[in-house]
Amino acid sequence: MKFDTPAKTNPIDQLKVVGKPVDRIDGPLKTTGTAKYAYEHHDVAPDTAYGYVIGSAIAKGRITSINLNEAKAAPGVLAIVTADNAGKLGKGELNTAKLLGGPEIQHYHQAIGVVVAETFEQARAAAQLVQVKYERAKGSFDLAAAKDSGIKPKPGFGGPPDTSVGNFAGAFASAPVKFEATYTTPDQSHCMMEPHASIAVWKGDKLTVWTSNQMIAWGVRDMAKTLGIPKENVRFISPYIGGGFGGKLFLRADVLLAALGARAAKRPVKVALQRALMMNNTTHRAATIQRIRLGATKEGKLTAIAHESWSGDLPDGGPETAVSQTRQLYAGANRMTAMRLAVLDLTEANAMRAPGEASGMMALEIAMDEMAEKLGLDPIEFRILNDTQVVPDNPAKPPSSDPQSKAPEEKHNPHPPFSQRQLTECFRTGAKRFGWNKRNPTPGKTRDGHWLIGIGVAAAFRNNLVTKSAARVRLDNRGIVTVETDMTDIGTGSYTIIAQTAAEMMGVPLDKVVVRLGDSSFPVSCGSGGQWGGNNSTAGVYAACMKLREAIAQKAGFNASDATFTDGQVRSGNRTITLAEAAGDKGLVAEDFIEYGDLDKQFQQSTFGAHFVEVGVNAATGETRLRRMLAVCAAGRILNPKMARSQVIGAMTMGAGAALMEGLVVDKRHGFFVNHDLATYEVPVHADIPHLEAIFLDETDPTSSPMKAKGVAELGICGVAAAVANAIYNATGIRVRDYPITLDKLLDKLPEMV
Amino acid sequence: MRPFTFERAKTPADAAAAAARHPDAKFIAGGTNLLDLMKLQIETPAHLIDVNGLGLEKIEATQEGGLRIGALVRNADLAAHHRVRRDYGVLSRALVAGASGQLRNMATTAGNLLQRTRCPYFYDTNQPCNKRLPGSGCGAIGGFSRPHAVIGVSDACIATHPSDMAVAMRVLDATVETINPDGSARKIPIAKLHCLPGDTPHIETVLMPGELITGVTLPKPVGGKHIYHKVRDRSSFAFALVSVAAIVQPDGTGRVALGGVAPKPWRVEEAEAELPRGAKVFTARLLAGARPTPENAFKLRLVERIVASVLAEAKGAQV
Repeated sequence: MKFDTPAKTNPIDQLKVVGKPVDRIDGPLKTTGTAKYAYEHHDVAPDTAYGYVIGSAIAKGRITSINLNEAKAAPGVLAIVTADNAGKLGKGELNTAKLLGGPEIQHYHQAIGVVVAETFEQARAAAQLVQVKYERAKGSFDLAAAKDSGIKPKPGFGGPPDTSVGNFAGAFASAPVKFEATYTTPDQSHCMMEPHASIAVWKGDKLTVWTSNQMIAWGVRDMAKTLGIPKENVRFISPYIGGGFGGKLFLRADVLLAALGARAAKRPVKVALQRALMMNNTTHRAATIQRIRLGATKEGKLTAIAHESWSGDLPDGGPETAVSQTRQLYAGANRMTAMRLAVLDLTEANAMRAPGEASGMMALEIAMDEMAEKLGLDPIEFRILNDTQVVPDNPAKPPSSDPQSKAPEEKHNPHPPFSQRQLTECFRTGAKRFGWNKRNPTPGKTRDGHWLIGIGVAAAFRNNLVTKSAARVRLDNRGIVTVETDMTDIGTGSYTIIAQTAAEMMGVPLDKVVVRLGDSSFPVSCGSGGQWGGNNSTAGVYAACMKLREAIAQKAGFNASDATFTDGQVRSGNRTITLAEAAGDKGLVAEDFIEYGDLDKQFQQSTFGAHFVEVGVNAATGETRLRRMLAVCAAGRILNPKMARSQVIGAMTMGAGAALMEGLVVDKRHGFFVNHDLATYEVPVHADIPHLEAIFLDETDPTSSPMKAKGVAELGICGVAAAVANAIYNATGIRVRDYPITLDKLLDKLPEMV
Repeated sequence: MRPFTFERAKTPADAAAAAARHPDAKFIAGGTNLLDLMKLQIETPAHLIDVNGLGLEKIEATQEGGLRIGALVRNADLAAHHRVRRDYGVLSRALVAGASGQLRNMATTAGNLLQRTRCPYFYDTNQPCNKRLPGSGCGAIGGFSRPHAVIGVSDACIATHPSDMAVAMRVLDATVETINPDGSARKIPIAKLHCLPGDTPHIETVLMPGELITGVTLPKPVGGKHIYHKVRDRSSFAFALVSVAAIVQPDGTGRVALGGVAPKPWRVEEAEAELPRGAKVFTARLLAGARPTPENAFKLRLVERIVASVLAEAKGAQV
């Protein structure tokens, strides 16, 4: 099904099942521990051996020798695979560094081998007997030092590296009110609960991998490419995923080393990356240095906006696209954005929840707060004053925002309208709900015992992406509808919203729908990432269900256009048959996909929100504790308010971590992230998170898909950290532009102790 | 993890004797620290002596009016004990400020005293660490040192002792009781239990090979306000950046020990005479000779501010 004109009324609009806050259909499996995660498929290969990954002890250089003698002789060892005996390996399209390093080492904890043994303990003990000698090379590990050597990166997900509209330099120079500041965000790690884990089973030249991966088709493609075997010989199965946050978008070392280990040991092999490897072996969100300049009239109309961002990555990597939202969020006739990319020999930088906007909003939304203060304006009114219904800076994009499409570019509109934009309504609703009028605009004036109290606000913004997604739908003679797609559920609720979609389309209750996900033998979906999963995967199911409705109508001898599907029956005029009868003993199957025209070029599809945060800062110690948080979101049709809320409050929690505690610490001498475990890389615990509220404004977006939905899971993180920072400023009068805002950055400026 | 042999000791004397027979032996009680370190091969004992069956989980009143805490009393049980809550509030508060509920259910009194540093360079066996591998250097000096010690450090090591409980025991003047392989017992004031790193940071306590902690004795309660103020980057399940254990009397005199700033619970009795003169004067004495790094110098100011806040709290005033 091609979606190229705005959606009209369709079966989803009945909202009998879609839009209802139903519980997760996979909830009972998860709460009883019977949903099998990657490492737990004990039934598929009872004689599975265990692999333990060896990570490089240096960041850059060469392996001069590996002595395996002791390890090979250790109890239980079946095989050891290193670059020396792995055979020729390619590299996945979406991998920057090699997943199996050696002799050249590209980053710390790059995998240089896997030891396979009968038990996990034997594999681990033997891995510790492998003796590796290295020759260290000088590397680049310090973004601030490497910044000025940054080059203009190639255009990618975040659009071109540079944009310019009007004359920024002139407008900024002549602006009556000017503001300029530099902000920094640290490297961050996804830290999902379930580590990267895989079980690999070879049958002849065919490989099946039970794994934990957000993008099945990307994984299969890159695995085939890395091993140099046909794609058809690789199957990925990933039904449940214990969190990903972008860390599992790509093929990673666990999959490759399980497969190589299994080939060498001639046994199924399972590999889970040990926790310490998560930070330095896998991908991470890159640190940024961001410079923002704003010029405005005395009345507060922005006339000049500039946002520049520097980040680093391994050679051939990409930038953290921290300037992207600044092209779209606020009006202003004269503007420029620029991204520069330096070479850093840390592990590869890549997508983490809301890549680009999450980091960019951390800076931009403090800058907006600072400028509002300079102008003597309320920060909400300042933002509303500069709201826009068209995109202020829309560079000619690479062909499509569809990451899987190769469609030619249409004619370019420099200022397309937003399909929906309720930013002002988000602020107004939130202000009322949160009690914004109780905020004292003068910082450092509100106190509750030894707590300095502050309230802060920030906009939330994240684009909606449309991308092809396919599904297969089966109907059987019991009236059961089974959906199959390689879509993944990374804790987001995909199972549930897909079931709701199929139930709505086919006119059956939810318990008559079976959803099967995460298997590369199923039709290729959009996968989970970039908050594109919910809208696109359900739209693909919509398309397949439309085809199934036609097949049913045809079988029943009805005209498809006037058949109605309700209560497990199909009706036309005064004739009714049950779906079970229509399916017959052979059942019916339909498969289709959604693909998109250029509605996402005619209209800019984005999601908006407003974050409100109240903090207490301990007047003695500078510890910040969150007291209340609210997000108001406008993100198209909300397919399941319970799942959406869960996504948004989860994202707010992640944003709170980014604001207050999360940051990988770079050892700039030895080139690695020092705090590579969950004891030292701190993420929020329950005690850090107060009452969270998430509200969704009523919205349907007919340009996004037949579902009229948009992404929501990443919107929730964008802007949160800045709202916290702004609340800390309101509480203390201390402006911190360097995340995370830990107490040592406040201490010297807090009120004197008596 | 290296393969190891294992035995269950039946009496404290047996345990100490078993340790003497196996020079590479370690005692294991709760295992909350040792097992992690064994998995990473930072600890590589060839033999483990399980001391959980030694009957050392009692808390008893002493004839002097104090309390004797068995070595195997779990942190959770100690924190909840009525005498501890009533008479030694600083200890109860320190205990519940540490770790997590699950860990406190396993971790023992003696094990808590002997837990090892959380320095990330100690934990990463690819990195230099004089504590783990004497002579290999110190990764933290010149590296990531924000959580590290500011006083009592040496050119060989700037790691902290991570315990909260030990800080409270230090302010309570606890005595550690041990038994040696030859059957002899000794009493070690807690102030003397832990060593400063000097040139030998791998030597962390004065315990002799095979010497087993059997209990900790607290003297008669001293009254006063008991405060444990722990400051960290998140609200729970994090080691202290700085913690302050204080007992303050109505006349303004008192005792203060610090956690998170030194290789051992940090207390300077002579400085306590300055307490009535306020936090600034007292802290200057308490931290005289401090050698912070640029990354952790904030701890000095933080100590002063927490002490000020604690003194104000003791007076019943708001900060």
